[in-house]
Amino acid sequence: MSIMTEQEAKTILDKVCKMSKADECTAQLTGSVDGNVRYALNSVSTSGIVNNTDLAVQVAFGKRVGTATINEFDDTSLEKVVRRAEELAKLAPENPEFVPAIEKQAYKPSDTYADKTAAISPDYRAGVAADCIEPCRKDKLVAAGFFTDSARFTAIANTKGNFGYQKSTNVDFTCTVRTDDARGSGWVARNLGDVSKFNAKNEIKTAMQKAKGSVDAKALEPGKYTVILEPAASAHLVSDMMFGFDARQADEGRSFLSRKGGGNKLGEKLFDERVNIYADPWDADSAVVPWDDDGLAREKTPIVTKGVVEYLQYSRYWAQKQGKKAIGQPGNIIMTGGDKSTQDMIKGTKKGVLVTRTWYIRLVDPQTVLLTGLTRDGTFYIENGEIKYPIKNFRFNESPAIMLNNIEELGKPVRVADDESPFIMMIPPMKLRDFTFTSLSDAV
Amino acid sequence: MDRRDFIKMGGIGLGALILPAYGRHVAAEVLLTKMDAATKKKLADVALAAAKSGGATYCDVRIGRYLRQFVITREDKVQNVVNTESSGVGVRVIANGTWGFAATSDMDPDSVARAVKQALSIAKANSRMQASPVQLAPTKGVGEVSWSTPIVKNAMEVPIKEKVDLLLDVNAAAMSAGASFIRSILFLVNEQKYFASSDGSYIDQDIHRIWAPTQVTAVDKATGKFRTRDGLSAPRGMGYEYLDAKPEHRIALPGGAVVYSDSYNMKEDAIAAAKQAREKLTATSVKPGKYDLVLDPSHLWLTIHESVGHATELDRVLGYEANYAGTSFVTLDKWKSKDFKYGSDKVTIFADKTQPGTLGAVGYDDEGIKTQRWDLIKDGILVNYQVIRDQAHIIGLDHSQGCCYADSWSSVQFQRMANVSLSPGKEKLAPEDVIKNVENGIYIVGDGSFSIDQQRYNAQFGGQLFYEIKNGKVTQMLEDVAYQMRTPEFWNSCVAVCDDKDYRFGGSFFDGKGQPGQISAVSHGSSTARFNGANVINTARSLG
Repeated sequence: MSIMTEQEAKTILDKVCKMSKADECTAQLTGSVDGNVRYALNSVSTSGIVNNTDLAVQVAFGKRVGTATINEFDDTSLEKVVRRAEELAKLAPENPEFVPAIEKQAYKPSDTYADKTAAISPDYRAGVAADCIEPCRKDKLVAAGFFTDSARFTAIANTKGNFGYQKSTNVDFTCTVRTDDARGSGWVARNLGDVSKFNAKNEIKTAMQKAKGSVDAKALEPGKYTVILEPAASAHLVSDMMFGFDARQADEGRSFLSRKGGGNKLGEKLFDERVNIYADPWDADSAVVPWDDDGLAREKTPIVTKGVVEYLQYSRYWAQKQGKKAIGQPGNIIMTGGDKSTQDMIKGTKKGVLVTRTWYIRLVDPQTVLLTGLTRDGTFYIENGEIKYPIKNFRFNESPAIMLNNIEELGKPVRVADDESPFIMMIPPMKLRDFTFTSLSDAV
Repeated sequence: MDRRDFIKMGGIGLGALILPAYGRHVAAEVLLTKMDAATKKKLADVALAAAKSGGATYCDVRIGRYLRQFVITREDKVQNVVNTESSGVGVRVIANGTWGFAATSDMDPDSVARAVKQALSIAKANSRMQASPVQLAPTKGVGEVSWSTPIVKNAMEVPIKEKVDLLLDVNAAAMSAGASFIRSILFLVNEQKYFASSDGSYIDQDIHRIWAPTQVTAVDKATGKFRTRDGLSAPRGMGYEYLDAKPEHRIALPGGAVVYSDSYNMKEDAIAAAKQAREKLTATSVKPGKYDLVLDPSHLWLTIHESVGHATELDRVLGYEANYAGTSFVTLDKWKSKDFKYGSDKVTIFADKTQPGTLGAVGYDDEGIKTQRWDLIKDGILVNYQVIRDQAHIIGLDHSQGCCYADSWSSVQFQRMANVSLSPGKEKLAPEDVIKNVENGIYIVGDGSFSIDQQRYNAQFGGQLFYEIKNGKVTQMLEDVAYQMRTPEFWNSCVAVCDDKDYRFGGSFFDGKGQPGQISAVSHGSSTARFNGANVINTARSLG
């Protein structure tokens, strides 16, 4: 029952909306099949499949809201969950920031589903592990990786006649390869909607090459360097900056987008003019479901255009209070760039540092979005267009709001998903000047 | 932690609150109910019998009911009250010398037997790639036993209204004291866990935890500057009595900050937070350089957690976490040498899952092992790791140390950090005594930003309150402070640890590890300690 058809989902949601005696009712039905395989020390350590289907019902009496969920869908269970939500609503305190259920939306479907991903079998997952482990064993390397795939559906409806249904798939692969003497470490990551574009045998070569190439790393002095951040290395920084785009926090004076004296920096040029960031649920490489968690239709939304802030994220409550229009919150972040690959950008670099991956990134100061974190699994010194030698990892203290003013060059965006980000992202490799490394790390 | 699996509450803004999206929403009354042990035993016996007849050489069954309540407010508003319940059965078997695991939310005998079958087939399939069979440290079954967190007041029994009234009263007090904004929350957890194994154990446990975090923001519109101050409470393995503030648990620190030990005055702390957040707006920006640090337990717990707790987990040392959380610099050769100087002779750090009132305190771990205490670092020398049953033989132990945990019935249990704590100094020493000998230092209270590398060498920590120490006296508040450290050098620079009168706990409700990610709750105790010659950086930047 994990993946329902549109008709099956609609039948259940229609019943729920009819059963409700509240002023309004919104229901969301989601189902997923998630499979994974994990391996370490060149052996499979765990693998599993989790099936889950859930119905969440939210009702309101005036400004009192109640929510209940259930994973059984016979009429008695549906009746039970609706009544439970109604009981909770009657007991709840009034929410002064209550906003009525959304009006009927027009959802334009996006291409988020691939049959091949939904058909991934345990044998396929075991094969991914084997494709990584076997070449590593032969080359005195040690693989530790995680491959996870999901097939999902989501359906929403409310008593104002809104209805939406869409299926989606996703594949996420990461693998760390270390030399057997633990002196070198490399990494590779891929995120895709359609697994037919994935080939573990090819991907693992990148991590193996970086592992072998990172042995005997030299120590450079911490300081400001020209860096090439591979897309996976900068994605987390860009994603964290997006949390500062909340309109309410900006208006309240507690965001880097707050304006001195009150108000926000919407319309101001804050970044290099080559910075263009937008959201687009229909983007061919990073499509997402065309509505947000509230059911609001997503739109193609310019966020930063030629360095100018064009968008702040208004919740429905804050939009109503400020007289703005609330639109669906972005599910993807697309940063444009050029045509060059990371390799091409290395060729054009006289002196610099190549960063494969960044790690344990935390906010140090929300006033400036200052973030700290470390490089990991392949940091190299570039001289005269070539990787000269591996270097020891650095800790950085850098703000994406400063970093995106220090652009030398942007390459071709690739799809990235970060463990700690809610977004699917298209991020270019970035060549940046004056990136701030504050200390060395002995970690390999 | 995988942020995509989390729900966001309180807006998407920087520092937005992110909570694990656990379980189903239920009525508050559901949180008061329990499943009786006899029913659970019957279900467990079905699984144990099915495993035996299916060829398992070992089986354990966890029947779990995980209840959570979140009460979330800002200023004069209740943003959300959420009650969740998640229940089901997880079965782990060893067949062909290999682990297999499966779980089901259907708590009837047929479904449980089916889960056993799945676990057996996974074990048998994976055994083809298994280099050597799982080796379990022996343990004797404990029969039918039970254990409960020794609480005075079950937080789930306190009416929601009382909780809402408390938070709104706290918020109002902070706003009157100068806060521009405040967010206050109650997180309440009750894990009802039943463990049974083919070793003959039937263990029924009732575990409670509480956390009451707050965050005050002060905004200066004219300068555009804003500063936050988080509450100085600690999450605890206690009942609602933690919020009944007792005067003997109130500690006034040198310099004027007030912290709390075994009970918490939420309102008093919120008022102080409002005043201190405002004071931070004009505090002196630190001059970067070398300072002696005096670290309060409300801060030091996080440094212990990151630089010792995680570093001494044996699965990380061996490479099982290499792809995500990383490995560890505390390699087996350092332990075998018996002379690796992790810290100065003032530093004794121990693991302990028995300390009352801590987040990690349970009677038995999720492998049915009675919890215990052991040293990790003794007088500065590395002496041990944290291991579970299938790892004990690797370091020559004949028993598990009882630190196995799963965050849900549907998650497979694995090694998780015990409470890891710094032993108090043996000689009489108070924070005042430490400070009076410091010429040029910084006194840090509360935990802030934190980051550490994948082998636990290089770390950077912020804090909530920073005070300059000049010639033995606390002189003024500082801002923009973070210190960077290399783990062994940092612990070897420890020159003083206060006595047990100053011993307090901090902790984390949401410590992440594993793929797929799991969370666990863990406490860390310490007394105030001094570390010489730390590298302090200034974190202020200008956006132009």
